Amino acid sequence: MASVAIFAAIVLFAVRYRRRRGVVAEQIEGSTALEITWSVIPLGIFVVIFLWGAVIYFKERTPPRGATEVYVVAKQWMWKLQHEEGQREINELHVPVGRDVKMILTSQDVIHSFYVPAFRIKQDVLPGRYTTAWFRPTKAGIYHLFCAEYCGSQHSGMIGQVVVLEPAQYEAWLGGGAASGSMASNGENIFQQLGCSTCHRSDTQGRGPNLVGLFGKPVQLEDGRVLTADENYIRESILTPGAKIVSGFKPIMPVFQGLVSEEQLNALVAYVKSLNPIPSGAASAPAVVPSGAKPQETKVQ
Amino acid sequence: MATAAITAERETYLNQEYGIKSWLLTVDHKRIALLYLLSITFFFFIGGFFALLIRLELLTPAGDLVQADTYNKLFTMHGQVMVFFFLIPSIPAVLGNFLVPLMIGAKDLAFPRINLLSWYLYIIAGVLMLHCMLTGGVDTGWTFYTPFSTAFSNTKVIEAGLAIFISGFSSILTGLNFVVTIHRMRAPGMTWNRLPLFIWAHYATSIIQLLGTPVIAVTLVLVVLERALHLGIFDPTRGGDPLLFQHLFWFYSHPAVYIMILPSMGVVTEIVPCFSRKRIFGYKFVALSSISIAVFGFLVWAHHMFVAGISLYAALIFSALSYLVAVPSAVKVFNWTATMYRGSITFSTPMLYAFGFIGLFLMGGLTGLFLAALGIDVHVTDTYFVVAHFHYIMVGGAVMGYLGGMHFWWPKISGRMYPESLGRLAAVIVFLGFNLTFFPQFILGYLGMPRRYWQYPPEFQVLNVLSTAGSTILAVGYLLPMVYFLWSMRYGKIAPDNPWGASGLEWMTSSPPPTFNFDHPPVVDWEAYDYEHIPAPQEARSGG
Repeated sequence: MASVAIFAAIVLFAVRYRRRRGVVAEQIEGSTALEITWSVIPLGIFVVIFLWGAVIYFKERTPPRGATEVYVVAKQWMWKLQHEEGQREINELHVPVGRDVKMILTSQDVIHSFYVPAFRIKQDVLPGRYTTAWFRPTKAGIYHLFCAEYCGSQHSGMIGQVVVLEPAQYEAWLGGGAASGSMASNGENIFQQLGCSTCHRSDTQGRGPNLVGLFGKPVQLEDGRVLTADENYIRESILTPGAKIVSGFKPIMPVFQGLVSEEQLNALVAYVKSLNPIPSGAASAPAVVPSGAKPQETKVQ
Repeated sequence: MATAAITAERETYLNQEYGIKSWLLTVDHKRIALLYLLSITFFFFIGGFFALLIRLELLTPAGDLVQADTYNKLFTMHGQVMVFFFLIPSIPAVLGNFLVPLMIGAKDLAFPRINLLSWYLYIIAGVLMLHCMLTGGVDTGWTFYTPFSTAFSNTKVIEAGLAIFISGFSSILTGLNFVVTIHRMRAPGMTWNRLPLFIWAHYATSIIQLLGTPVIAVTLVLVVLERALHLGIFDPTRGGDPLLFQHLFWFYSHPAVYIMILPSMGVVTEIVPCFSRKRIFGYKFVALSSISIAVFGFLVWAHHMFVAGISLYAALIFSALSYLVAVPSAVKVFNWTATMYRGSITFSTPMLYAFGFIGLFLMGGLTGLFLAALGIDVHVTDTYFVVAHFHYIMVGGAVMGYLGGMHFWWPKISGRMYPESLGRLAAVIVFLGFNLTFFPQFILGYLGMPRRYWQYPPEFQVLNVLSTAGSTILAVGYLLPMVYFLWSMRYGKIAPDNPWGASGLEWMTSSPPPTFNFDHPPVVDWEAYDYEHIPAPQEARSGG
């Protein structure tokens, strides 16, 4: 609006004050009062726009509790997705209407960006760490999934679709796929195979910290820092355990950087998260029904 | 030297010496400005050629004109050439070089030989860039994002990085020269409050060049070292951080936008008072706004990274700071508008470009407000919305200002007048072609088309066809001035010393000026833009 007014003023002045014979320009020095006015008023408008955008962004960056989790591994030039129930998909994501979905994203090579224009979400996907994004689909349909961060030759081919299904159709879809166990149970197998369980025991006798109930809790580190055990912390503690030593333990854990694939790492993270007694996105998923999804669930039955 | 043949009776910087050596070894700021003019025009047309190929590829949804890898190289090299080899040197190195000493009443810049050195550095960088392009090119995007650039791209990243590294020193030296010159070489009576605002704008620009460019230089060295020696600075598997690169890159590359736009604002601030026959409204505030844009410009870089994985609170702070830099930009627009109020306005070619600048800059600035709003940015960043936004600022703004300035000072530079009606026609064509090219891209981006896509879903085709159509019109608009400027050098009317009835010391010497600019060292005892004491020219009225 303000800019329309400026356009209008420029056009008006240009026409009204175009050169005419005998009319001389009036010399005006300026006006401090005007300068202050047209600095302060835009600033006020800007503050409002800033706050408006900030509130939306804050919601976008804060996944609701109990959202269904989908792990995404991006690579040149493909999206690999896995539901916590275990279903794997490539360049396609099936989700039911009305359920909150939290994406836990990482990349195997360069930076990519997970972009679904229809949902107004976009999140860069970085190698070596997790980023998250979430959405709640409200209408069944098929939506574009784009890679929005330039990633090499076939960047524009790194596209897919998000298929939003009615809850009944979604249940049918879930039943159709041959999932080989949930991510958490896969993770548990890997946990055993890699021998993690010899030190990380579910009592206080282990040489490593007890992982039961760890996720989402504050952790006291050896150097005095306290941080929250989130996905990135678990990831880092598996790959480069020496980076953050838990208070009271020795830096004896071997490095797993390069020894586990991104998919195995995701399964391990899902397993550690599933050790939480509190149902905050725990594994063996159907048990967790987000409050927002309840009406649809009843419809199904 | 066609010009020289006719104006032989009077000695000017153009006819004082002849021969290729007299140009390549010159230390005259005006001749160096012309060397820059030739070289940046060359790169402008290379970059423009890449742009046309990009637009032709996007005419259809399928990737059919060129291969995907070729396309990626085209947009990469379009960006690198246009940003580092055209836009950044454009106004400062050509018009600034020519005008800064003239406007402050000096014989030359403070360091004439360093000035020549900066042109040679630019040429070395340019030759290296050309060699890189001709022997395979580079496909990282002009942004060089890691780890793609350091570990995955198999193109000539190191060579392109070094070319831009060297061109950076050319930019630093120009900035250094301007800062020292403006401080030390002003004519008696040319106080800071009497400086033309073009000089203030260049002063602000030079500060950014001095403080920002070393950062991009260091960053590119890090990329080169990481790529060659695998140091692991940006490599997460070696404890590095790819986001660190983005912080370093944008710490320079955001202020770099102000290197492009501030001089352009300076040009517009000279043109608007002249063709309104009026003193500039709010001199001090316009000067101060240039400085505050330069300062705030350094505090907003992470607004390019709202979805990159920075923390929520970092994003909030950088969003808020981004609005602060919008205020001084808005203040400038208000002051230009207020300058026209109760003026006596003529629509000569430079003024048409100034109008075009204000309109397009306003569009670019307004959409910048959208982009700075966190919630909206998430959706439109990395889409064609951003592409349209920065072209409105950097092409709509900076190039309109550059062309406006070229027309305004061409009589001074060449001693000839260009054909006024063709000039106006070109200005209108550029404005229309520009909007047709880039306005559809705002819509494309809002609908979700990501940038740097070689092929795209078919629903985006109509808008892409419009954009491509616009780009051909724009190309005509850019070629026209090239043609009639060249034409005017031989056939144009001889320019009087002050064809526009403009204020400023540069109009008080002859057109073209003598080698040492003024026959007698000027002494200034008047305020800037004292248009009440300068008669309007007769010529400017006739074309109306």
